[in-house]
Amino acid sequence: MTDLEYFKLSKPERMIRGIGRFFLNLPKKLAGGIKKLGLLIVSLFKGIGTNIADLFTTFKNGDWKTRLSYLVMGFGSCARGQWGRGILFFLFQTVFNLYMFFPNAQFSGCYYLGKLSTLGTVATYKEGRKTVYGDNSFFILLYGVLTLFFIIAFIYTWRMNIKQNKVSEELLKNGHKLKTTKDDVNSLMDSQFHKTMLALPVLGVTIFTILPILFMILVAFTNFDATHQPPGKLFTWVGWDNFRQLLATDTTSYGSTFRHVLLWTLIWAFFATFLNYFLGMLVAIMINKKGIKLKKMWRTILVMTIAIPQFVSLLYVSKMFAADGLINTYLMKWGWISAPLPFWTDPTWARITIIVINVWIGIPYLMLIATGILMNIPADLYESARIDGANAFQMYRKITLPYMLFVTGPYLLTSFTGNINNFNVIFLLSGGKPLSLELAGNAGHTDLLITWLYKMTVNDTNYKLAAVIGILVFIVSAVINLVVYNMIPSIKNEEDFQ
Amino acid sequence: MSDNNKIPEVDIVVDEAAGVIREIKPEKLRSKKGHERRVNTSIYVILILMSIIWLAPFVFLVFQSFRSYLTESGAMVNYLLPKQWSLDNYVWLLTDPSSDFLRWYGNTVIIALFCAVLQTIMVLSVSYTLSRMRFKGRKLIMNLVLVLGLFPGFLTMITLYFLLRQLNLTQSGAIPGLILIYVASSGMGYYISKGFFDTIPKSLDESARIDGATRAQVFRMIIMPLAKPIVIYTILMAFMAPWGDYVFASYVAFGSKPSYNVAVGLYQWVNVNDYQGYFTRFCAGGVLVAVPITLLFLALQKYYVEGVTGGAVKG
Repeated sequence: MTDLEYFKLSKPERMIRGIGRFFLNLPKKLAGGIKKLGLLIVSLFKGIGTNIADLFTTFKNGDWKTRLSYLVMGFGSCARGQWGRGILFFLFQTVFNLYMFFPNAQFSGCYYLGKLSTLGTVATYKEGRKTVYGDNSFFILLYGVLTLFFIIAFIYTWRMNIKQNKVSEELLKNGHKLKTTKDDVNSLMDSQFHKTMLALPVLGVTIFTILPILFMILVAFTNFDATHQPPGKLFTWVGWDNFRQLLATDTTSYGSTFRHVLLWTLIWAFFATFLNYFLGMLVAIMINKKGIKLKKMWRTILVMTIAIPQFVSLLYVSKMFAADGLINTYLMKWGWISAPLPFWTDPTWARITIIVINVWIGIPYLMLIATGILMNIPADLYESARIDGANAFQMYRKITLPYMLFVTGPYLLTSFTGNINNFNVIFLLSGGKPLSLELAGNAGHTDLLITWLYKMTVNDTNYKLAAVIGILVFIVSAVINLVVYNMIPSIKNEEDFQ
Repeated sequence: MSDNNKIPEVDIVVDEAAGVIREIKPEKLRSKKGHERRVNTSIYVILILMSIIWLAPFVFLVFQSFRSYLTESGAMVNYLLPKQWSLDNYVWLLTDPSSDFLRWYGNTVIIALFCAVLQTIMVLSVSYTLSRMRFKGRKLIMNLVLVLGLFPGFLTMITLYFLLRQLNLTQSGAIPGLILIYVASSGMGYYISKGFFDTIPKSLDESARIDGATRAQVFRMIIMPLAKPIVIYTILMAFMAPWGDYVFASYVAFGSKPSYNVAVGLYQWVNVNDYQGYFTRFCAGGVLVAVPITLLFLALQKYYVEGVTGGAVKG
């Protein structure tokens, strides 16, 4: 197909072709990805190989200070007058050793590491009225992962310590001076400033995001749930069982509930993203129209829903729509209806109500974004369109919409992923209700994967399935992101309207 | 957010030099004007209707908060204006010994203030570093944050809870515990301010460096003064977020009433406890929370708008 033929196609046809091309290219891309991964692994092993070789040659050619540094970290640095670095290295080694081989063997790193493959074997039991605690699977898993982190960090630091010895030796041999501790400190404010700036954030993210996520990924492969709660009970590895349970294709178990919830999650994310997007844009265009007065006031009124904390506004609105809420009582008082409308009790009603109320929350946000972008559209585009006789709708379709899509493409993507994880709206409005006997795991008809995950964690303490749901949410978001990102370049070229 | 924006003018631009004016007959011009007026009128009608829908729940909330819990209790009644306006709910919230509201409010203010300061420091240092400096591992960090962001936030709730419990920062120690988990991972939300820093010309840094300034000095003396809008935006966001957090706050403070924040405290009034009896007090509490936050937000609206539009455009 030549470019000319391509441009003759209508927009939907082009889009279908774009999607088709993506899937046609998928095997090639996958193969490329696997090849890249293979190369990465090869280079990783090669890297390890050269590092080990370097360790040997450094030891062979190094002086005694260097050699002693293999055992006592930081010795070489101290002996060459770089006290600051040396002491830090030594301290790190001391802390690491204390952690790994703590005199109280019950809580040393080695203990946790050794138990990691079984997650504990000694059960807790009662001896008369006294409880004798055995292994705690939770802590074994948590500290096992932490110990692995620590060991990797230690190996890296140890390697760095030896490399520095080698570099220092060479520098001294060539008659250079070594950096003093003062130089080191100064460089942290200048050439090494990024280390100073990132130290705390990286530490925080490692301990409070990466470690917990790794832990939960591992929990997905255990039987950690209400009947296996430490410290009373042990839990252990079960392989892919939990995934099998959730992805089962039968009609009565977690499998069917999962499909039900996933489908609604995607429907919800679609409406929450695109309905808000187009309505918000429309409102922005109306407010920005020339001749409309009090622009600032309209915007301020709408922005109220962003300003007021959601737990106040959404909880109140949720009560307004309740069976005995304001809306129903007023409609009945006026004689428009005889029985309360089932806003929260009928699945379909509940879903529509949620989407509509979400428009109330979402329009102002989009309105603000759209306003900023609309102001940037060159006015002469509209002028020339008008001289050519275009009406308002044509101008919207040919100028405003492409421009908006062009600029906010990435935003739409993040907002879609954000809506998949939009906990507040569902939780505060319906709490996932109405519940259904057909759905397992306490799921309701308006539950998203994320609120179901929350229920699993808090109400059922079914951590293993919660972990699996979390991983599946990740996979869904990642796939959507990958597909769309691969399509965006073509969209961008097409929407090139100038 | 000013009114003199460059949005399409819908009237024909009358370009006398090009002779456009002569081609439009006067009566056609008049009908065009009439059409214009009709369009504007219908826009006004829509905007007014929207304003009513947008404001109504908040107005109702305020009305309900003045309905005394003693004489006109009950969650939902079939009238809007209280029969007798009273301050009973507010008085109870603020003075009754069995009300923990002031305590909760204080907790939330403390958390919000700490977050505003510490999160801002975290976010600004990460975004400045990633925007300005090139170092080994920079791309790795950015990709890692992207991937980590795809995991749902509550997945790690239980792990965080046990981590905090190890540090004795749950239940009665929930306030510092919450501050810790809010702040620890906040560096991941660097996108918007990085986008802002990217727009500050690099030549500024370079000329300062040539004059002998260190990186730290460039950050403190050149970039920070220019970054005022984004600093205010970050502070505003960090300050507002803890007011609405129910999930982590309730999980970490589980069962320890004195360390609830306002969201947890008020939520349990409408969903767990005697919802009929507490509803009007919930409304009053909601008003007390919403008013200062809303005023703050409206006062700093300009910066918020700058932040979200910048963030959306840069992705």
